[in-house]
Amino acid sequence: MLRLEKRPTPSQFWLYATPVVAVLLTMIAGGILFGLLGKNPVAVIKTIFWDPIFGEFAFYLRGQLLVKAGPLILIAIGLSLGFRAGIWNIGAEGQYIMGAICGAGVALALYPTESRLVFPLAILAGALGGWAWAMIPAILKTRFNTNEILVSLMLVYVAETILAKASTGFLRNPEGAGFPGSRSFSTFKAASNPELIAGSGLHWGGVAALATGVAAYVLLSRHILGFQIKLAGQAPRAARFHGVNPEKLVLLCMGLSGALAGLAGLFEVTGPAGKISIDFNVGYGFTAIIVAFLGRLNPLGIVLAGFLMALTYVGGEMAATNMGLPSAAIQVFQGMLLFFLLGVDVLTNYRIRSAFMGAR
Amino acid sequence: MTRPELLKIEGISKSYPGVRANDDVSFAVGEGEVHALLGENGAGKSTLVKMIYGLVRPDEGKMTFRGAPYTPGKPGEARASGVAMVFQHFSLFEALNVAENVALGMENPPPMRELAARIRAVSEEYGLPLDPARMVGDLSAGERQRVEIIRCLLQDPKLLIMDEPTSVLTPQEVEILFRTLRQLSAEGTAILYISHKLEEIRALCDEATILRRGKVVATCTPREKTARELAEMMVGASLSPPERHPGEKGEVVLGVTDLSAPSPIPFGTSLKGVSFTVARGEVLGIAGVAGNGQDELLLALSGELRSGPDKVRIGGHAAGDLGPAERRKAGLVAAPEDRYGHAAAPDMSLIENAFLTGALRRGLTKNGFIDWAATKTFAEEVIATYDVRTPGSHVAARALSGGNLQKFLIGRELDQTPEVIVINQPTWGVDAAAAAAIRQAILNRAAEGAGVVVISQDLDELLEIADQFAVLNEGRLTKPRPVQGLTIDEIGLMMGGAHGMEVAHHVEA
Repeated sequence: MLRLEKRPTPSQFWLYATPVVAVLLTMIAGGILFGLLGKNPVAVIKTIFWDPIFGEFAFYLRGQLLVKAGPLILIAIGLSLGFRAGIWNIGAEGQYIMGAICGAGVALALYPTESRLVFPLAILAGALGGWAWAMIPAILKTRFNTNEILVSLMLVYVAETILAKASTGFLRNPEGAGFPGSRSFSTFKAASNPELIAGSGLHWGGVAALATGVAAYVLLSRHILGFQIKLAGQAPRAARFHGVNPEKLVLLCMGLSGALAGLAGLFEVTGPAGKISIDFNVGYGFTAIIVAFLGRLNPLGIVLAGFLMALTYVGGEMAATNMGLPSAAIQVFQGMLLFFLLGVDVLTNYRIRSAFMGAR
Repeated sequence: MTRPELLKIEGISKSYPGVRANDDVSFAVGEGEVHALLGENGAGKSTLVKMIYGLVRPDEGKMTFRGAPYTPGKPGEARASGVAMVFQHFSLFEALNVAENVALGMENPPPMRELAARIRAVSEEYGLPLDPARMVGDLSAGERQRVEIIRCLLQDPKLLIMDEPTSVLTPQEVEILFRTLRQLSAEGTAILYISHKLEEIRALCDEATILRRGKVVATCTPREKTARELAEMMVGASLSPPERHPGEKGEVVLGVTDLSAPSPIPFGTSLKGVSFTVARGEVLGIAGVAGNGQDELLLALSGELRSGPDKVRIGGHAAGDLGPAERRKAGLVAAPEDRYGHAAAPDMSLIENAFLTGALRRGLTKNGFIDWAATKTFAEEVIATYDVRTPGSHVAARALSGGNLQKFLIGRELDQTPEVIVINQPTWGVDAAAAAAIRQAILNRAAEGAGVVVISQDLDELLEIADQFAVLNEGRLTKPRPVQGLTIDEIGLMMGGAHGMEVAHHVEA
């Protein structure tokens, strides 16, 4: 019989080994899944993990990695701050959409002004849009003690409805012959978010993501605010004793994660997506939750996890198109990653002991 | 006196990673004997009784119970053999009533009505009045302990283990508990009694086994020794009582006026019109049975519970509406009772925990950025000054034993040059040597001109260090009186007597 025994101090080894073991277990279990679907497991795993970096089309796919990793990292870092403090913003997808709508809305309102200020203004509006959307669950929580998980999650569906209205109504391209979707940002230079180095996939969103990663690392390891965030999550009563105002912390963490999600939305819609359309969002806000945990809620870990998750996106898409796998199988594969991560994570704080087989 | 042997322990050893908790421990308990287990924190008492109760398995050695080999694999097996235990920390559900709580601890609980009748019968037989229908959340700490004891007695145990049972009782309640224990002993139930209170052990116990660093260092008959001798056997060194250098009383540094506040704690006690003042160099001792507003008073003084600005004045300035950080800035430091989760973050290192309250007064931040090097120096200074036994400042707070962590946490507050010090339960669960060191450190700060409020359930401690004495009872504070000239009986009456327990023994008599 096996049983778990709490470790006196968390294991440093397992803290870092957990993500690696989780990825390996995901490959094994995913391989079995792909095998049962009648595909060659090794080939599928290779397509997902190897081909995007070293394969035939790597020159294009490597750029795609950064395109996908950027928004994931940006959102996940914002979420991780809240998660560390025990504040569960599950609605980053909604904040991402609202940031995109607000930012794009401001930019499109200024069309066709070719001023250098249009893009910075759009960035500001994007961050504000995400922030404001996150303030709804935050204020409801601090005022009426509602559950931020439920409220933020439900607001995603409200945001999706607003997005549908935007692309078919108030932001629709007036010269678009009645098709849904806004004016394309590739034709509006002042507000577009182009690739900065050709072929690299790097746009302003990627720059923002990496800078945010460094800033968050410094915040958590050196700044008193980072200390308070960690303290509030680990020992809420000790945090009060220290002098943390829990309500302010909720507003701060929700606001910060909302603003970063809004920024990600703005960079996406003005860059890779190119315009507001009914389905420009592809679930980055939800996937970022996995990325945050896969990265151990640690900013540098999240940067790595963002690239790993982008790999499963890009590689998974390849596997789906080239090998005829259902896209649901790829989503299951990504879900397994979080499942195994949380499962193996137990070993950081507990060790497995085989119980002494006593005479009964 | 020779008694038939009930429990015999031979050569028991138990190791945890890095610690040898018990090393070749042997002793025996006779039927109906009240046997004391004495030792400092970390001496291995808890590990030993956990092995007897089946929570932990020994690495080596053997136990014999009623003449047969005894190897309990889990507490259920220990209970089936006739061993029962009352823990120091109660495991009761506040939102359930007494009978329901008792039923939860049984393997096959009888129907509720029958169980209630049995609880009533046992409680009357042993002079422990308890209404089975009352909610545990509404009970005093003494009454909660009775729930635990009755839960054990229903199993008709041959050996009853009690871990620090009197730390939450009034003097009268202690007397009554002792009567119950003596009655049990006379009926042939052996009692294994763990306590730091040496006078109690002298009054109650027939034999004592003294542990130090996991080994048995002495056995004795406590009645034949003085408390001082017992303490010295425990510590392995000679002890001296704290020295007082009463300075001149200065101006008032902490003034509380008609402070009332609802409790933020479920089933807590609200504060009702609490007033007192503390002058520089003065120690105010606040006694009271647990659950009478001690936690709330600490929260209201530390700033976690706010009130009208003028209700609390620090150094003459209105501070009632200030939060904990602002009150620290004004010169007030506080040490809450609960070390794991309130005074300290258990999973954080001692360095981070030093920062937790020391940040402001020790100037450990610059423009919001933490000076970790200075924080480490501060943590290591506290570790060295207060003799905190730890492998280093990087270890998590939860890895320290209760007494060691308490030394660290008290030291952290005292080393901030405070004007006002508020401490709840400074030496609860701390061994004699460490407790003496903590009391001495508190007195030294008072001598240097700090005003001190000590909230404690240990009357001996308060009488030893306090100048003024008051009692918190159902959220109300009695008028502080000078300690000199107070008798234990007067204190007991200030504490509200023994919560109706006398009556039951009258009936029995």
